[in-house]
Amino acid sequence: MARAVKTRRKALNTALAWAVGVLIFFPILWVVVLSFKTEGDAIKTPLEVLTAPWTVESYGVVQERSDYVKHFFNSVVISVGSTLLGLLVAVPAAWSMAFVPSKRTKDILMWMLSTKMLPAVGVLYPIYLLFIQLGLLDTRLGLVVVLMLINLPIIVWMLYTYFREIPGEILEAARMDGAGLREEILYVLTPMAVPGMASTVLLNVILAWNEAFWTLNLTAAKAGPLTAFIASYSSPEGLFYAKLSAASTMAIAPILILGWFSQKQLVRGLTFGAVK
Amino acid sequence: MGRIVLDKVTKTFGNVEVIPPLDLTIEDGEFCVFVGPSGCGKSTLLRLIAGLEDVTSGRVLIDDTDATEIPPAKRGLAMVFQSYALYPHMTVRKNIAFPLRMAGLDQAEIDRRVEEAAKVLNLTDYLDRRPGQLSGGQRQRVAIGRAIVREPKAFLFDEPLSNLDAALRVGMRLEISELHNRLGTTMIYVTHDQVEAMTMADKIVVLRAGNIEQVGSPLELYERPRNLFVAGFIGSPTMNFITGPEAEKRGAATLGIRPEHIRVGEGLPWSGIVGVAEHLGSDTFLHVHDTGLAETITVRVPGDVEFKHGDRVVFGPDEAKIHLFDANGLRKP
Amino acid sequence: MATRHSRSAARLMMAPAVILLLGWMLVPLTMTLWFSFRKYLPLRGGDLGWVGFENYVRFVKSASFWPSVQATMTLVVGVLVITVVVGILLALLLDQPMWGQGVVRILVIAPFFVMPTVSALVWKNLMLDPINGFFGHLARSLGLQPVDWLSQASMPSIIMIVSWEWLPFATLILLTAFQSLDSEQLEAAEMDGAGPVARFFYIMVPHLARAITVVILIQTIFLLSIFAEIFVTTGGAFGTKTLTYLIYQRVLESQNVGLGSAGGVYAIILANIVAIFLMRIVGKNLDA
Repeated sequence: MARAVKTRRKALNTALAWAVGVLIFFPILWVVVLSFKTEGDAIKTPLEVLTAPWTVESYGVVQERSDYVKHFFNSVVISVGSTLLGLLVAVPAAWSMAFVPSKRTKDILMWMLSTKMLPAVGVLYPIYLLFIQLGLLDTRLGLVVVLMLINLPIIVWMLYTYFREIPGEILEAARMDGAGLREEILYVLTPMAVPGMASTVLLNVILAWNEAFWTLNLTAAKAGPLTAFIASYSSPEGLFYAKLSAASTMAIAPILILGWFSQKQLVRGLTFGAVK
Repeated sequence: MGRIVLDKVTKTFGNVEVIPPLDLTIEDGEFCVFVGPSGCGKSTLLRLIAGLEDVTSGRVLIDDTDATEIPPAKRGLAMVFQSYALYPHMTVRKNIAFPLRMAGLDQAEIDRRVEEAAKVLNLTDYLDRRPGQLSGGQRQRVAIGRAIVREPKAFLFDEPLSNLDAALRVGMRLEISELHNRLGTTMIYVTHDQVEAMTMADKIVVLRAGNIEQVGSPLELYERPRNLFVAGFIGSPTMNFITGPEAEKRGAATLGIRPEHIRVGEGLPWSGIVGVAEHLGSDTFLHVHDTGLAETITVRVPGDVEFKHGDRVVFGPDEAKIHLFDANGLRKP
Repeated sequence: MATRHSRSAARLMMAPAVILLLGWMLVPLTMTLWFSFRKYLPLRGGDLGWVGFENYVRFVKSASFWPSVQATMTLVVGVLVITVVVGILLALLLDQPMWGQGVVRILVIAPFFVMPTVSALVWKNLMLDPINGFFGHLARSLGLQPVDWLSQASMPSIIMIVSWEWLPFATLILLTAFQSLDSEQLEAAEMDGAGPVARFFYIMVPHLARAITVVILIQTIFLLSIFAEIFVTTGGAFGTKTLTYLIYQRVLESQNVGLGSAGGVYAIILANIVAIFLMRIVGKNLDA
């Protein structure tokens, strides 16, 4: 039962929470502000920065210099591709585990989770070697496969927790109604699981988009996604704050927006259902 | 047609034998009710017939064809689930049409059958709603609609009324009975409620721990229960069981007498003190203590007879209606 | 709950995921193990044969090993303490009634969605740079000497950057846990005479215990393999060379694959120890 809270206390909470919120958000805010300034203005004191004229010229420069569009496209292909590929493999697996559980289901789920904990650096060289052998180094396909594999356990787990909430009787009803396995999954399970699948896709696109170990180590100029594009700004040449800010804004904006939509699923997905 | 035969069917889960070898024949057009306490295996038995579970051994015959290895989709049976199991993302129309779509019927035929079923079940006005927008009774009717459109060999009902409130339950009970009278299709109905069993069934199968305790018409079960379990399970309020001298006098280990077969009046052999008197209006049930026969004896008296807590009551059984059971709990002839 | 039919279908449908992950786990792991027992210098002679446990011994004995373990521990523990403590306070604050709660939530969560390379670069340049960074300007406007954070206080700086990235995660999970706390339980405690402090320690903290454990374990997994933040900011200099970064340097920068692989095996063992605890908790939840 909610109690009427005194307005004064609510106002105090509000002020405090907003102050903390703005403080945490400040670096991002500052990046966005600087991205709309000239290079010369961007290194001035904060007050001078705020009063300086606004401009979008940095965005143009960044595109010209490091081809944002190409990297953005790489990021989209890699994150969406790996997620969809993962979904393709994970949906049948999650269906099996959720609706035909056996004594080993739990062990398999646990084992899948454990592969996620393999430290990437421990297997970097073998993967690097395999990539050279298979001609996958600096290709989008190679990253799609690797990111699919590292996120597969999360996709399976998330789908599994969502599927488990769908009553088995409905699938049995479909079976009684004459639906085969394919129809059961296509016409009954999938439409019912759309919200869960959407959140799974969203979270995994975010994770893949931000992945910065494999993307940095397995790509060069050709297939590099935005993580690599941004890393190229780590060795500065001359004045570069405005350009860096513009590049950063472009790199994080799409995913920040997606992220805000998926905050609830984030908890569930990243804790493997241990916290709901 | 819809004759279903279970031939030495067994089911084990791991090491647990849920259904010991069991034989049962359900004739075409029969309304057969599986009844028993929870965990007696009645739902499992239904799911074995449906094909949602494999039998461990034995055969399931549908219309004299061995259906044991046929998947549920191909058995030609329809099922109504306890939770209704409607497809939440489809409208009522699409829900009812789903089995027809799966059967690959052409759209005109699907529409015709859906409209017809909707008319029969008073769902015409709701065809374009989703299950979430319907009341419990309406959902139940959609589930039934989905079952009848495909004109199955038999209907399987798995406790279909247990999620409805009491008033609705009585109404739906009648509707299902009427449906059976009209369609004449075999129906197998699982419930734990003996009132549903008594009111609806042509044939009742009483189950306990996977064993069939007795098969028979409602009146057979009421009048000649084969053992103590059936005697105690069928009938409401439950039969009084009396052990000791009164039973021995008649050469039995246990004497059973239903509350409605006890008369009250001076000069009768038994007596006791009224504990609780439940007034239902038409009848009153007296729970009588200190009779020297059993802890409590339930007695039915007409509603207009006044008894209250603490009254002394003298009563006796209708000798013709006494049931006698031997030491093993089996009925003595 | 199923028939032989559906069970065999289930096995078939599970196969692709299982086979893929099995391959993903076993192939590189086997290769790493193999390399770790060999002298393998891709640019200086290639595979020079079996050396037994030499790589393992050398990796541990190298001057960089213990500092790297120490750096790793400092980073992980530092970030954990900050995120959990601040996360609890923040979650407590966000759980209070207020105006614009949704917006505040969005502001607080945002850093988690910033890719590690961006947050590292932004902090390194726009915030921490002693000349042009925000903190530098701030210090000068207060009449203080600006600090070159990343070289003078490199580890604290990295801990701060990483904490900023992970605080949203901790806060979000703890907030979720707070919200699942039955308010009647709190009211019952209040009726029983428990004040706000007693309620916090006797009701809320025990309720949060599981969420906190989950936060600690999952963050540990990720923190052990922190890479981009160090790569972009210090490149492992100034005492920020973690175990992960050391292995990375051995393998890719010095091209000593044998030595790096032995380090990798250590890292895998370390991660598995943490993993076992996490799996216990998640596994328990699976039963419930």
